[in-house]
Amino acid sequence: MLEIRNLSLTLEGEKGSVEILEDINLTLQNHKLYVFTGPNGGGKSSLAKVIMGIYRPTGGKIILDGEDITALGVTERSRLGIGYAFQQPPRFKGLKVRELIQIAAGNKPIEGCSCLADVGLCPEDYLDRDVDASLSGGELKRIEIATLLARNLKVAIYDEPEAGIDLWSFSRLRETFQELHNKYDTTLVLISHQERILSLADEIVLIAGGTIREQGSRDDMWPVIMDKSCGGRKICPGAGDENVECFR
Amino acid sequence: MLNALDKHLLETVADLHDIPQGAYNIRKNGEGISRRSTANIEIKPKTDKPGIDIIVRPGTMGESVHIPVILTAEGLKDAVYNTFDIGEGADILVVAGCGIHNPGESETQHNGIHNFIIRKRARLRYVEKHYGQGEGGGQKTLNPTTIIEMEEGAYAEMELVQIRGVDNTKRITKARLHRNAHLLVTERMLTHGEQKAESKILVKLVGEDSSTQIISRSVAQDNSQQLFYPRVAGYNRCRAHVQCDSIIMHQAKVRSVPEIAANHADAQLVHEAAIGKIAGEQLVKLMTLGLSESEAEETILQGFLK
Ligand SMILES: Nc1ncnc2c1ncn2[C@@H]1O[C@H](COP(=O)(O)OP(=O)(O)OP(=O)(O)O)[C@@H](O)[C@H]1O
Ligand SMILES: [Mg+2]
Repeated sequence: MLEIRNLSLTLEGEKGSVEILEDINLTLQNHKLYVFTGPNGGGKSSLAKVIMGIYRPTGGKIILDGEDITALGVTERSRLGIGYAFQQPPRFKGLKVRELIQIAAGNKPIEGCSCLADVGLCPEDYLDRDVDASLSGGELKRIEIATLLARNLKVAIYDEPEAGIDLWSFSRLRETFQELHNKYDTTLVLISHQERILSLADEIVLIAGGTIREQGSRDDMWPVIMDKSCGGRKICPGAGDENVECFR
Repeated sequence: MLNALDKHLLETVADLHDIPQGAYNIRKNGEGISRRSTANIEIKPKTDKPGIDIIVRPGTMGESVHIPVILTAEGLKDAVYNTFDIGEGADILVVAGCGIHNPGESETQHNGIHNFIIRKRARLRYVEKHYGQGEGGGQKTLNPTTIIEMEEGAYAEMELVQIRGVDNTKRITKARLHRNAHLLVTERMLTHGEQKAESKILVKLVGEDSSTQIISRSVAQDNSQQLFYPRVAGYNRCRAHVQCDSIIMHQAKVRSVPEIAANHADAQLVHEAAIGKIAGEQLVKLMTLGLSESEAEETILQGFLK
């Protein structure tokens, strides 16, 4: 179980410090699938990065299975079983897919690993390719997801896993998440804007303007999310701002 | 005949665990200490200067020649001239390389001048690794010069690697390509401490449809300095791609000056050069997979120089 208490994040931008996250409180249970959704720039990736330890929070606590991990770095959190698949994964000159997956898998042999097949990539075609500019965007993204699938995790966060992925691989990927969820105790977090990903959720967390606007079971949240007649006044980042008129 | 240190150096620069298969010549501290020719590959010492002639018969297929050089004494200045004549249609592997163990305070230096004639349709893969070690403050200097003449339809891959421990290096590589010849040069360099390295490459594409690809990757650490001059000149319908990539760390300095010169309207020449730190997000990505920061750095550098 991962608990986030009164978490806030301020980053130094070009024009001084910006408040990115504000007073986030969230409990993520084992064996549950959460989808974080909300408008662009709302703070979803930032929250994921704070959980992974990539960003240091300005205030608040992060607790994993009762242990306060707020002060731990990325490596230590990873070794405790937290994983994050990047929204925009980096490329590496000279590192092979095989090597990257092997690092992810630790000392497990990657031979029997289905992680590439699970994202619709044929291991024979891809294991010996470099994770460099020669991969297409969708291929790179699927390999990124595979690096998380190769691991045994307590908390696995996938940042927009559907982005750039073709229709066929997407169906496969969706099944993979469903299967993971059925088989393992992992806390799964999918950051997504996609209805077909949202429909996998046990719980949906709506993040906008750096805070959690609403949270609840899929059934409770569905009408809120699907009401697209506007971005949702409640979540409209401009609400209350005189320059933005709402016609709802 | 070979002691443990010799074996370590040989293993590092030529992947040799023992006396190699096929033709070979092992040079230690300025003298040839062991040599073997085969039916198709003749190795004979030069009569006018130090060095050997390596003559590969036309049509020789799949054989290899190992010609490692090791230096294990201080204050040595070794110069050697090797000439390779790769016969028509042959297809061979040449493993060169030089390892220096300098135990003392005075400079040990090796200047290797290699001349290649790669005859019509012959194929050559050439691997050269340079490495230095030693307890003393004595400089370890390696200045290789490689001159390549490629006849019609010849193909060559040159892999030039300087791994660690070489204090000074001035590398010169020159090639002339005739019709339909193709040359691939991959250069890998890692410098650290106070080391200085310089590499000049000049490829002249004189024949129609000749082509070359130069891929240089380097890592400069500590206070080391690197200078690259990869140049290609096209005199006919030809193609070239020059790619120089350096990772710079600490207080190191890297200069990269690629040059392409076209003397013919159908010459297609491209160059790219980039120098930068290790990307922060690459480090972070590997750390999210459980590596420490220094392990992540090591993994990135190793891959980059592979
Ligand atoms: N390193 C940073 N420096 C400055 N501002 C940042 C930084 N990272 C994120 N931000 C800002 O924080 C806000 C939240 O960004 P974040 O990437 O978390 O949004 P998101 O909800 O993931 O959006 P999207 O749906 O577009 O992926 C944005 O306004 C963004 O510009
Ligand atoms: Mg995002």
